Amino acid sequence: MRKETICNAALLFGLLAFPLWAWVTDEPFLITLTTRAIVFAIAGVGLNFALGFGGLVSLGHAAFFGLGGYVMGVLAFHAQTYTSVMDWPFVISGTKSMPIIWLVTIILSAVLAVGIGALSLRTSGVYFIMITLAFAQMLFYFTISWSTYGGEDGLSIYVRNGFPGLNTMDPIQYYAICYVVLLMVLAFVFALSRSSFGLALGASRQNEDRIQAVGQVPFRLYLTAFAISGAITGLSGALFADLNRFVSPTMFSWQTSGEIMVFVILGGVGRVFGPVAGAVLFIVLEHLLGGLSEFWHIYLGAILLGVVLFARGGLYGLIAGREVAHD
Amino acid sequence: MSLLLFIEQTLNGLQFGVMLFLMAAGLTLVFGVMGLINLAHGSLYMIGAFAAAAVAGATGSFLLALVASFVCAAFAGVLIEFFVIRRLYDRDHLDQVLATFALILIFSEATRWVFGSFPLFLDKPDWLSGTVMLPFGIEYSLYRLAIIGVGLVVAVGLFWMISKTRIGIRIRAGENDREMIGALGVNISLLYTFVFALGAALAGLAGALVGAIQSVQVGMGEPVLILAFVVIVIGGIGSIKGALIGAILVGLTDTLGRSMLPSFFGLFLEPSSAMSLGASLSSMSIYLLMIGVLLFRPKGLFGGV
Repeated sequence: MRKETICNAALLFGLLAFPLWAWVTDEPFLITLTTRAIVFAIAGVGLNFALGFGGLVSLGHAAFFGLGGYVMGVLAFHAQTYTSVMDWPFVISGTKSMPIIWLVTIILSAVLAVGIGALSLRTSGVYFIMITLAFAQMLFYFTISWSTYGGEDGLSIYVRNGFPGLNTMDPIQYYAICYVVLLMVLAFVFALSRSSFGLALGASRQNEDRIQAVGQVPFRLYLTAFAISGAITGLSGALFADLNRFVSPTMFSWQTSGEIMVFVILGGVGRVFGPVAGAVLFIVLEHLLGGLSEFWHIYLGAILLGVVLFARGGLYGLIAGREVAHD
Repeated sequence: MSLLLFIEQTLNGLQFGVMLFLMAAGLTLVFGVMGLINLAHGSLYMIGAFAAAAVAGATGSFLLALVASFVCAAFAGVLIEFFVIRRLYDRDHLDQVLATFALILIFSEATRWVFGSFPLFLDKPDWLSGTVMLPFGIEYSLYRLAIIGVGLVVAVGLFWMISKTRIGIRIRAGENDREMIGALGVNISLLYTFVFALGAALAGLAGALVGAIQSVQVGMGEPVLILAFVVIVIGGIGSIKGALIGAILVGLTDTLGRSMLPSFFGLFLEPSSAMSLGASLSSMSIYLLMIGVLLFRPKGLFGGV
């Protein structure tokens, strides 16, 4: 077996065993902490699909993360106040059902990603980075001034949304939901990366001219990848909002985009499981360093700087060796 | 809306634009010459503002504070260029984004550690406070007028430096062909350090100038940084002229949008929805401007050479 496969299996096992142990020893806080890691991991897997496989350095994935959050927030807000989201031209009422929220989130995020992507992909390089960043900022300022849904203060949801047959307010049951979603997303991304689409995408990242010469259209490949990536990150946003039962414009902030990118880099760019390792490492660092000092971001910054300067390839690059180079 | 208010808002927009230019000039120079995307530029802005506030607090002199902001930011610029940025020139943009993101985390938290989380205040000097009478009976803040003046002087100085002096020639040559001017005996790494420090110093100066009308606090740099990015994307990356025009466009759009859009919607909507629609649209206006520009000129107004 390859080293990477062993790492992947260990990671998935650890993410199953640790919360179960926390559940047995009655430590709900640790379960919630792991749930955060899982949700961040999904966001990272989403970004990694555009960044690692497609080479699209998006610094604006907070747009999708936030959109997911607000889809959940708005639908649940209307459900808990018994009002409708809109009355004209047709009536849309709120909902407290997770599967419906997820479906709406995935569709809307993909649509948003197609919109942003169609405009941003006209450019490349630094322009692309800055434009994706600007789109996320635009949504950030929009939600701040959108007073219907709380503006700067955000929206609180009293009870976590429901999932048929489960009590979502129980930490371990909500964890199970997130874990299964992560597994499904990972399986989907893995299958996609092996599909003819994924191979064409990777080839396009490496050499656009050649892929054009064999009759593929790089723009279409990139746009599709960006839409898939946005939909996955959007889904994680809905899960994150449900975890906290709160959404605010912070989810759209540029720091969020930066952090999602950090998960990807810490773990290892262009590896299906990389962001999972990155998100787990991030949460562990946050927890350990946060207990050490109030100013733990200094250490986080230093570690990140070290990884970028000296350990290219992230955690996976260190453990499993450099197999997938990024760029 | 009266004409008087319109002129006053235009001047405000100009002041905001000129301040953005100070930020954007450094960013665009660093990108044009070294091909580096620097997210930590906002931290240098913050360092300038904090240095100014600390020096003004200790000595009471505003001019000294400005000098301190310039020098401290330049010094910080030299330090990070020497220890970090230098290793990033050959890397791809992803690595540059992450390393400079890490620098933001370090600088912001370190500043919070030294100065605390509460905002500091930097007062305008007496000789620049109050208002001044402009032609047509317009009363305008002297300090804001002074910022416009400083910005324009810096802009002229930069144009002169880039087009007329030896160092400007080297910078332009470095943009075109790095190896060649190295072969001609120019010390490339010194040139790069100089350009980076110059950009840093301008950002620091901008921070100090704005610090006197807003509060000086951790995290003040990043919103401005993102606006400066919008500016250089609109103007075309690497172009000083583009940065100036982009900055003034963004400054005017933002300021005039904020003051005029709500009253514009008030013409045909009820007041409350006009206010909220105007507010949300005006906060998005500069990004819409950027999208508009990019639809027609994907490399910005003066880019793409």
